[in-house]
Amino acid sequence: MITKRIIPCLDVRDGRVVKGVNFENLSDVSSPVELGSFYSESGADELVFYDITASSEGRRLFSDVLKMVAQRIFIPLTVGGAINSVDDFDRVLKCGADKVSVNSGAIADRSLIYEAAKRYGSQCVVLSADVKRVDGRFIVFAKGGRVNTGLDALEWIKKGVVDGAGEIVLNSIDTDGVKRGFDLEMLGAVCEVVKVPVIASGGAGCAEDFIDLFRTVPGVDAGLAASIFHFGQLSIGELKRQLLKAGIAVRV
Amino acid sequence: MTVIVDYGVGNLFSLRSSLRFIGEEAAVSREPEELRAADRIILPGVGAFEDAARKLRELELDKIIIELSGEGRPLLGICLGMQLLFERSFEFGVWEGLGLLPGEVRPIEPVIPPDFKVPHIGWNALRFSEAGRESGLLKYTKEGEYVYFVHSYAAMGCEESLLADTEYGGFLTAAVGRENVFGTQFHPEKSGEAGLRILKGFCEL
Repeated sequence: MITKRIIPCLDVRDGRVVKGVNFENLSDVSSPVELGSFYSESGADELVFYDITASSEGRRLFSDVLKMVAQRIFIPLTVGGAINSVDDFDRVLKCGADKVSVNSGAIADRSLIYEAAKRYGSQCVVLSADVKRVDGRFIVFAKGGRVNTGLDALEWIKKGVVDGAGEIVLNSIDTDGVKRGFDLEMLGAVCEVVKVPVIASGGAGCAEDFIDLFRTVPGVDAGLAASIFHFGQLSIGELKRQLLKAGIAVRV
Repeated sequence: MTVIVDYGVGNLFSLRSSLRFIGEEAAVSREPEELRAADRIILPGVGAFEDAARKLRELELDKIIIELSGEGRPLLGICLGMQLLFERSFEFGVWEGLGLLPGEVRPIEPVIPPDFKVPHIGWNALRFSEAGRESGLLKYTKEGEYVYFVHSYAAMGCEESLLADTEYGGFLTAAVGRENVFGTQFHPEKSGEAGLRILKGFCEL
C-alpha cells in the first residue's frame, strides 16, 4: 500500500539553513547536509530545500550545498525558490535535485510549467501555490505571499496540472504559522479538482494535525512542515509512530 | 567497476553518488569500450519510452547492451531503463524495446481502481515472488520494505521474470530478473537505506 509522506522543508540562505535548530547530536545545526542527513535517518520521506538567497554569490553556494546533499542523502530531493526559467530547472537538476518546485516564476511566465514538463517530464515539476481566502474565494498570492495576483486558486492549479505539473504543494496562508492544523477545507477543494498528488503545507502544530489531515482529506498524499520539526517539538519518528497507531500507512 | 549508461536521459548524479556511497567504483559513459570493460552495467532512465528507445538506438548503445547481456554481463535497468528491457511499450503508440525479457509495458490506469492517482508516486512495499526470495539482487532486502516509485506505466505479462511486486489497488511489477538481466521499476538510488542495499546486491553479482 502506498504510504503517506512526511516532508520536512529547509530554508537555505547563502548556503546555510535559516531558522535556528536545536538538536542534540548535531554538531552544525545550520548545515543543510547535516540537517538533511539527520532528517533522512529519522524517517523523512523526502526533503524540500528552498533557496531564499537574494545574491548570485548565494545562488552559487546553494548549488554547492545541493551537490553535497545529493552525494550523501538518497531520498527524493525537491528544490524551490528563485525558479524562474527552464535554465533554473537545469541548474538545480544538474546538482542532484529530483523535482523542482515553481511558484512565483510560474505566475510571471505562464509557459514555464509547460516548457519544463516537456523537457524534463511531469514527475519533475511541482507547482507550489500560496493561497489565501479573499471575500470567500481562494486566491493565489505571489512573492512569498505578499502580492495578491487575483488568480482563482482552483483554476490556477487545474491549469498547472493540464500544463504538466506532476504534484501540487498547497500552502495555506490562512493557517501558515498559526499551528492550529492544516487548512482542511482548502485542501479538500483542491483534491476535488486534480488527480495528481497533493502535498499539504501550512499549519502543522502537533501530530494530531497530521492525523486529522490524512483522515479528513484522504486525497492528500503528503504533509510538509518546517518549524515543528526544526524546533524539535515533534520528531519524524514519533510522528510516524502516532500515525501508524491511528491506522494511517506510513513508511517506518 | 559499474558503468551507468549515459544516453542523455535522466539524472545520473544521484545514481553515481549512491554507488560510490556503498563503495562501488562507478562511471557514467556512452563509450563502447568503457561499457565493454565494465563488470556490470546500469541502464537508467526517466521520461518517455519512445524518446529513450530512439536515443539508445541513435547512439547504437542498444546493440552493445544486447551484446554484453548476451555474454552474461550483469545488467540492471532502473525505472524507464527497466521498461526498455522488455519487448515493447504501449506508451503513446507501440514502440520496440530491447527484448531482453519477455513481457510488455502498459499503462497502470486500467488495472487499478479509478480513485487511485496516476502516476503512482511515493513509497510502497515490496512483495516477493518465489524467485525474488532466491534472487541475488534482493539478498539484502526483506519482504515488506519500502522503496520509492514514480511511474504511470508498468511491465505486464512478465510473470516468469518477476522478483517482486507492489500493491496499489492492484499488483504492479516492482522488480524483475532472469539470469544476468535485472530491472527495478522503483528508484533504488532514491529509496534510502533499503535502496542502497538493493544496489549492493546488484554490485555483488
